[in-house]
Amino acid sequence: MAEKLHFSLVSPARELFSGAVDHVIAPGTEGEFGVLANHAPFMTTLKNGVVRVLDGDVVKMRIYVRGGFADVTPAGLTILAEEARNLTDVKADEVDAEIEATRLKLLALDKDDPKQIAFGEQISYLEGIRAALAN
Amino acid sequence: MPSLKDLKNRITSVKSTQKITKAMQLVAAAKLKRAQDAATAARPYAERMAAVLANLAASAGGGGPKLLAGTGKSDVHLIVVMTAERGLAGGFNSYVVKLARQKIQALQAEGKTVKVLTIGKKGREQLSREYSSLLTSHVNLADVKGNDFSGSAFTVGQMLTTSYEAGEFDVATLIYSQFKNVLTQVPTAQQLIPARAPEGAPKIDLGGAIYTYEPDEATLLEALLPRYINTQIMSAMLESSAGEQASRMTAMDNATRNAKDLIKALNLKYNRARQAQITKELIEIISGAEAL
Repeated sequence: MAEKLHFSLVSPARELFSGAVDHVIAPGTEGEFGVLANHAPFMTTLKNGVVRVLDGDVVKMRIYVRGGFADVTPAGLTILAEEARNLTDVKADEVDAEIEATRLKLLALDKDDPKQIAFGEQISYLEGIRAALAN
Repeated sequence: MPSLKDLKNRITSVKSTQKITKAMQLVAAAKLKRAQDAATAARPYAERMAAVLANLAASAGGGGPKLLAGTGKSDVHLIVVMTAERGLAGGFNSYVVKLARQKIQALQAEGKTVKVLTIGKKGREQLSREYSSLLTSHVNLADVKGNDFSGSAFTVGQMLTTSYEAGEFDVATLIYSQFKNVLTQVPTAQQLIPARAPEGAPKIDLGGAIYTYEPDEATLLEALLPRYINTQIMSAMLESSAGEQASRMTAMDNATRNAKDLIKALNLKYNRARQAQITKELIEIISGAEAL
């Protein structure tokens, strides 16, 4: 593959990745899609899932994202994730501890506290990471 | 003429004040570094988000959801005033409040209804003297740990979008302190709702190709706009927090320097008084001896 795709993945807290890659596979709300260099302009929302960065046919990096947007322009692919973690940096037991802590916080809330939804989403996000780590 | 003991006490008290201001300056410097790093790290997301929105808004034309197109009138204005939780930061909070006051007066002169939402304790304290009837809700930043403003920004964004959907206001403007550099923070007014695509965003050259949207433009815009507003609030919070620390650092640096000058002047006075007393005692002894 001669041409490279410029790919950047940013979350509100920081820029996780920016550089030239061969191939990116991302979890769109309407299905997973792959982007190569010179892709047609395209924009979609994302669901929770793993973004895979490929060099040739080898998966170079896996990043778990929590929702967001993907924007493909002639300049490259930009993913705006609401939250993202590089799976090589996360440890399974840390995620387990985090899930446990969030569950406890959720239990401590009142029945109709609006924060419940946010915590519920956080748990499903963390569980997604946990499942992605397992395979 | 104050006694020697009084002077000595003053010097001690100024010295301990100097120690406090010096410590506050050092703490602010350390916090400033962290706040600046956080603000820099958050910038790419805000920029990309703005580019994506500009792109999408351009294709939506003048229409689109209410958050973008507006309600069609501008009768009720909501002013969001963002200040710090703490004082002792020079004119940091006052400058923001001053701009807010000007804005409120200008809008009231035009006959608009004004509501005020405050973020940060200091702004509320200062505005409640004159405009207590206009103040609506308040968002507290005291329990923000580190520089993680995502939770508070989300709360504010949620509050704004819900009350906007309920028709409680037509236009929301955010007033915050923009961080230019350590010495300058510029109080800025920025329109939040209806959302404005950033001016001067680079137009993306599609080379004649047509954008594909999934699911479709309207759904994307609807998902993107609240997040765009949250992002704007969050970057404002980060800049404001960096500005607060910078302003405090400068103010405390000045205070430390003033204390130093004051100590110098007091020391001179103390030494003069001491010398005068010694001279007086000597004169008394000598004239006593001469009298004999």
